[in-house]
Amino acid sequence: MKSNETMTKLPANPERATLDGKNKFLGFWFFLGGETVLFASLFGVYLGLRNATNGGVSANELFELPLVFIATMLLLTSSLTSVFATMALKTNHFKRMIGWFVVTGLLGLAFLGLEIYEFNHYVHEYGHTIKSSAWGSAFYTLVGTHGAHVFVGISWITILIIRNLRRGMDLYTAPKFYLFALYWHFIDVVWIFIFTVVYLMGKVG
Amino acid sequence: MSAHAYKKKNPVWDWLTTVDHKKIGILYLASGAFFFLLGGLEAILLRVQLLYPEFDFVGAETFNQLLTMHGTTMIFLAAMPLIFGFMNAIVPLQIGARDVAFPFVNSLGFWLFTAGGILLNLGWFLGGAPDAGWTGYAPLSTTSPGNGVDFYVLGLQISGIGTLIGGINFLVTIINMRAPGMTFMRMPLFTWSSFITSGLILFAFPALTIGLALLMFDRLFGSQFFAAEAGGNPIIYEHLFWIFGHPEVYILVLPAFGMFSEIIATFARKRLFGYSAMVFATALIGFLGFMVWVHHMFTVGLGPIANSIFAVATMLIAVPTGVKIFNWLFTMWGGKVSFPTANLFAVGFIPSFVLGGMTGVMLSVPPADYQYHDSYFVVAHFHYVIVGGVVFGLFAGMYYWWPKIFGTVLNEFLGKLHFWLFFIGFHLTFFPMHFLGLMGMPRRVYTYLSGQSLDEANFAATMGAFLMGLATIIMVWNIIQTSVKGKKAGNDPWDGRTLEWAIASPAPEYNFAQTPLVRGLDAWWLEKRAGNKAMVAAEPLDDIHMPDSSILPLVLSLGLFIAALAAIYSNWIIAIGGLVITAAAMILRSVIDYHGYHIHKEDLPAEGREGK
Repeated sequence: MKSNETMTKLPANPERATLDGKNKFLGFWFFLGGETVLFASLFGVYLGLRNATNGGVSANELFELPLVFIATMLLLTSSLTSVFATMALKTNHFKRMIGWFVVTGLLGLAFLGLEIYEFNHYVHEYGHTIKSSAWGSAFYTLVGTHGAHVFVGISWITILIIRNLRRGMDLYTAPKFYLFALYWHFIDVVWIFIFTVVYLMGKVG
Repeated sequence: MSAHAYKKKNPVWDWLTTVDHKKIGILYLASGAFFFLLGGLEAILLRVQLLYPEFDFVGAETFNQLLTMHGTTMIFLAAMPLIFGFMNAIVPLQIGARDVAFPFVNSLGFWLFTAGGILLNLGWFLGGAPDAGWTGYAPLSTTSPGNGVDFYVLGLQISGIGTLIGGINFLVTIINMRAPGMTFMRMPLFTWSSFITSGLILFAFPALTIGLALLMFDRLFGSQFFAAEAGGNPIIYEHLFWIFGHPEVYILVLPAFGMFSEIIATFARKRLFGYSAMVFATALIGFLGFMVWVHHMFTVGLGPIANSIFAVATMLIAVPTGVKIFNWLFTMWGGKVSFPTANLFAVGFIPSFVLGGMTGVMLSVPPADYQYHDSYFVVAHFHYVIVGGVVFGLFAGMYYWWPKIFGTVLNEFLGKLHFWLFFIGFHLTFFPMHFLGLMGMPRRVYTYLSGQSLDEANFAATMGAFLMGLATIIMVWNIIQTSVKGKKAGNDPWDGRTLEWAIASPAPEYNFAQTPLVRGLDAWWLEKRAGNKAMVAAEPLDDIHMPDSSILPLVLSLGLFIAALAAIYSNWIIAIGGLVITAAAMILRSVIDYHGYHIHKEDLPAEGREGK
């Protein structure tokens, strides 16, 4: 009955009810601002090098949109489920929140699996590697950095869920879950730009 | 748990695990001072090599390493931590806060910086230091043999992460932790400039992170970003570097501007002239600082349109900077100006920096820049702004805030000797370099030929460097003497204007026993004029919450250090082991609850209870 007990105790917006929570909330937004510059730099590098194929395979020959479409749908859906989790957090439904975060993590894992398959496919079927051309370097660095962020996110939510499964929701843990949700949305937004700039422009641009 | 607060701690363990921003400030100042002396030594060796034409002192190869390490050390390992040291020691006091927003992150920032700084300098002992210039331009850096540049890339990467999270900490601290009544437009100028600098750090450093990461990939993993033969483009590195590098100049100089604003007002015994204009000028410089990076690349050949746009943006920066110069002059106008060492450095800064600003406007004109580019004229320019601006600011801040940080006053006679020797030495070194540059002497070259009218100016420059070295020795002697038998400082030795002077010197670990109520700009000065002996308290005396200290920041940084060192030698098993240490420290931080502890109000010393 722990979750019922906390339901009555926690204020609205428990993630920002303490000074510590407010600090984390603001600090994390700033961190995401820095991450935006980080990815913007990588996108700039990619745009500068996207035609530097060094005589090898080109984007148009390489990419298969159905695969990328499935990956995109997985990640967009995971963003939706993390919104459901955040809504549960705000209304203090701890178990529901954990459930939606588990779904979010599993969708992220599926996305990561597809990305590993995709990279493996490119390397072994097309000889498209980080060394084969400047475009290859830019492609794997940009998409790989995003993939690494997904991996970090999955590890993060796994640890949070395991650590807090039994203790329930309180003002100390609420900011932690909320920040993960923010991070996850950010990853999702970056992917939308990757989908557009890397894959769509690679096919038609 | 008050027993915890007063338990006798092992001092070494205490310094390794501290999350107290004042102690972290002292750690930053100490390590920054060490690297400053190191970078200064490198500069003197450079100047000895250039003492006579075709002189053979250290030789070309060592000269390249000294030159690279002098620039890198002074910018990243001396100026940055010294600024962070003052920000840590002073900003929370100035806004009436008990602590920073993220004490743990703050400590992590320091240890990451230290790990990176040590890694960067290990090259000296492990087969050669970095030698591709402090800018590390590709393809020179990607093809440089040996491991020197790897130390540069990974050392800067680690210390850069530390700087970035330190910046986030100060942004949040200044927004969320201000005392009641401390509105944005009542914040002291040093706090304002620290705030804007932290914003610049947040948006500039990620570009460096990417630039360095791509260099690392090219060097360690065989990627082709900057390899023209595989379609790569080395210009991309220049862009990334300067998108970071130009804001970095303002990251360094804006806090120094803030220090001058405090010091000049205090010793003129007048309110700062044009406070709001100063705030907006600082913000405008910070904003424009992101739109001028191409002026470092005029000769790359980006075309007349790009060059013109960036030239105009560069010239624009002279406007808010000029506003500041005039405001400092008008602050002194009609004031009761006194000249202790802190104010000597502050006033000496004005003409020195103006000279650097003038040459900056000269350099912003692209056709003229084609002549000045890569010559000693540029060396003269940036030393006038960085030494004349940043270093003078750090010295002024040191003499001004030493009493608040350490509780003693630096010797004024030695201080004035330090100022005059340094001031004369500085101009003797760098003023002749303008003419060396105009006569065509290229920078970064280890020697020159005789009979080209370059001998006298080079000789004078080296003599000036010796004078600056002598001044620095006097400063070190002053610091040692003051630490051993220094005069005890009162709470408010300069009749200061801002909140840090309202509390004990050095400040107690909880800063303010009761959070003060701020009733206007120059909060402490106002209370003193109203006849009050202390700030009015904004809350009743109560238990004070303190954060837990932690060894994890050191462990986390050590893990990254091990990983980077192993990666340089392509020993991937140890590298992964280092990353596992780092990851484990992060996970521990997440799963352990840090609730802090309380200092009970009964345990506060009587003099700490203000405003009763």
